[in-house]
Amino acid sequence: MERQMESRRGTQDSPRCRPLLMTPQRWRNWWVRGILTLAMISFFFLIIYLGPIVLMMIIKCFQEIITIGYSVYHSYHLPWFRTLSWYFLLCVNYFFYGETVTDCFFTLVQREEPLRILSKYHRFISFALYLTGFCMFVLSLVKKHYRLQFYMFGWTHVTLLIVVTQSHFIIHNLFEGMIWFIVPISCVICNDIMAYMFGFFFGRTPLIKLSPKKTWEGFIGGLFSTIVFGIMLSYVMSGWRYFVCPVEFNNDSNRFQVDCEPSELFQLQDYTLPSFLESFTGWTTVRLYPFQIHSIALSSFASIMGPFGGFFASGFKRAFKIKDFANTIPGHGGIMDRFDCQYLMATFVNVYIASFIRGPNPSKVIQQLLALRIDQQLHIFNSLKAHLTEKGFLPALEDLS
Amino acid sequence: MTELRKRGGGGGDPDSTDNISDKEADLDDRLGTDGECDGDSKADTPDVPLSTADTDNTPQYLNKALEGLPPRWKNYWIRGVLSIAMISGFFLIIYMGPIALILIVMTVQIKCFQEIITIGYRVYHSYELPWFRTLSWYFLICVNYFFYGETLADYFGALVQREEPLQFLSRYHRFISFALYLAGFCMFVLSLVKKHYRLQFYMFAWTHVTLLIVVTQSHLVIQNLFEGKIWFIVPISIVICNDIMAYLFGFFFGRTPLIKLSPKKTWEGFIGGYFATVVFGFILAYLLSQCQYFVCPVGFNSETNSFTVECEPSEIFLMQEYTLPATLQNILTWKTVNLYPFQIHSIFLSSFGSLIGPFGGFFASGFKRAFKIKDFANTIPGHGGIMDRFDCQYLMATFTHVYIASFIRGPNPSKVLQQLLMLQPVQQLGTTWEYLVVKKETHSTNNNKKKIGCFIAFFYVDLRINFNMLHGEQTVPILKRYRRS
Repeated sequence: MERQMESRRGTQDSPRCRPLLMTPQRWRNWWVRGILTLAMISFFFLIIYLGPIVLMMIIKCFQEIITIGYSVYHSYHLPWFRTLSWYFLLCVNYFFYGETVTDCFFTLVQREEPLRILSKYHRFISFALYLTGFCMFVLSLVKKHYRLQFYMFGWTHVTLLIVVTQSHFIIHNLFEGMIWFIVPISCVICNDIMAYMFGFFFGRTPLIKLSPKKTWEGFIGGLFSTIVFGIMLSYVMSGWRYFVCPVEFNNDSNRFQVDCEPSELFQLQDYTLPSFLESFTGWTTVRLYPFQIHSIALSSFASIMGPFGGFFASGFKRAFKIKDFANTIPGHGGIMDRFDCQYLMATFVNVYIASFIRGPNPSKVIQQLLALRIDQQLHIFNSLKAHLTEKGFLPALEDLS
Repeated sequence: MTELRKRGGGGGDPDSTDNISDKEADLDDRLGTDGECDGDSKADTPDVPLSTADTDNTPQYLNKALEGLPPRWKNYWIRGVLSIAMISGFFLIIYMGPIALILIVMTVQIKCFQEIITIGYRVYHSYELPWFRTLSWYFLICVNYFFYGETLADYFGALVQREEPLQFLSRYHRFISFALYLAGFCMFVLSLVKKHYRLQFYMFAWTHVTLLIVVTQSHLVIQNLFEGKIWFIVPISIVICNDIMAYLFGFFFGRTPLIKLSPKKTWEGFIGGYFATVVFGFILAYLLSQCQYFVCPVGFNSETNSFTVECEPSEIFLMQEYTLPATLQNILTWKTVNLYPFQIHSIFLSSFGSLIGPFGGFFASGFKRAFKIKDFANTIPGHGGIMDRFDCQYLMATFTHVYIASFIRGPNPSKVLQQLLMLQPVQQLGTTWEYLVVKKETHSTNNNKKKIGCFIAFFYVDLRINFNMLHGEQTVPILKRYRRS
């Protein structure tokens, strides 16, 4: 790995502080990077079409980080460590995906008997699995290697925290509607590419000591172009039901379906422009999807905060003296190198949806309601009825007892 | 954790043998890891300075009071007195009410966090790291804000709906917490200094793992508390009892060592502690199940702005008859026995506390051994720090919470009502309609009157909405779906 690091250092040292000299070696490097970039973007579209290959991505990311831990701590010979790390990954994934499955495939789960038991006691089963791993860890503590083992335990848990929770949020966003999955990831990719281009052509002032190749020109140029890109992409996608509708599981046909009435977010509305824009563009009103306004917020986050995830990863690589996370993708490094800016984006989108877009899901509330005791259900029913009557939506009716 | 003793060796100073065996263990570790240390220095893991393991940390007044006694008895006295003081403190706290309990849990959590972070400082000589202390405390505040906000929003729903700023805070709670966390994350990234990258990442990870362990546990303890004080008292008492009983059994009968990690634990102590704890839990559950004060979920009365603990006890706290299995019948010559169902649950809680709880203790022992410290801190004379007392409680709180969620409690009715009230009115109507339709499908036929009443009501509603066109065309598609029968 050291030899590879040195050779790569020779070919990829391209400061962006001033326009670059064109050498044949540099061109070859860019060709490799460019082709691989296009390949990855096409692969991305293929994934959207095919479904949850996201799981494989998670596994690969996790493996890359754990491998770094091995090499940092020379801990290949630690007993049980590899088994335990993968075991913890399985447990945490089981917990998160079980929760998602229980939510989204509710009716299917209720029908099949073993699935129903698994979902009813899901938390308990996950906790029991985790505890088994914990006990195995304690029993595996070997006298001379205590500190190493605790370090690796901590390393595994922090990695799980970062990688698995992010992927869980991505899947949640996906179920809200594919557009919530595609637009954020595209914004981050676009920001990467645009910041690189702007920095390449105009870059002069360095941005942060941690990554000397990033420049302010790239940062600001990337911000504006990402916002424009986000607005255009959301305009294009909001018209398609395939992207806009929540992914649902049809109980009768046992398949996923994306058919629905688009919500208000995805219906064209008229907005009156503020006066200075009016005088600037000569339009009084403009037709927009409300989602495009939201996409401005998403793009801004991707451009402003996303790079912090990248700086975090740069600091990490510098701290542990590695050039890239792994060598999975030629010219680009490992999967983690591509995904380092996505860390925070998935969480942000999830929190954004929960706070500003989505109210509680009525069918889910029904499920919870039906799980209560009868007297509790009636109490809630009567309260709701009183509430609706008060507001005038219901005529006065007698209480059910 | 109180150390179990091996019997034999008899005379001499058990406490100094305690110290000596620990010192030997430390020496072994150091000698054994010398080869490791050379390898470690490449990986840049620094050495730990020895903590104040051998100095006497008891305060002056206690020393004076116990001057006359030989050293070994002095130690016993100190530990005994402090144990009794802590247990009485525990009972006092229970009487003080829910708010006091929450505050105590928070105080304990903050102290635990501080102890672990201080160890991190010492291990990494990182006092001079810029910003680090500020960032750790900042992350602690963020995570606490997130968890306590969620809890408060759930349990104080009515109060929150009344006050306008609280309503705003609760609606955008996740967003605000995330924004606060992000600010901390950005500060961390901006604070990275060239020569200290690795140290800073270590401390970042250390902080997060500590938060994961300490703060989530305390949050789960508070949630258990809101289910009913009995779910707070019984698990903690079980762990304390197991500690004490295992110590006593090990002291009197201990011979076979249990695990190499803690050489003073013995199998006799382990098994004796298990049975004693099950019996203790059984009896305690019986005593507490009779008081409404302990059994009822803690509710917040929005009119009087105080906590109420009055309710109909749920089924698990009502005496029921159980027929004994045949084997027990022959032994005891009773056919049936009157028990609270909660006592059966307490057997499971006690078993967990005795069998798996000690693993939390082993984890903490391994941690102390790995970082070459004798105790987490010197807060409690004779016992060490707060973490030393709470190390076996780590897993118990999580287990109790998961146990309640899986086996006892259904969804929270007030939460469901809150969610219903947050829907759009059209959705509320649709929900009500769907509920009634589903109920019709699943209930027996002796609800005919209700069904007819509902049908009439909703036909009326249907008509009214259509004629009044309250929301334009949106109501029609939804209601069309429901016009099935």
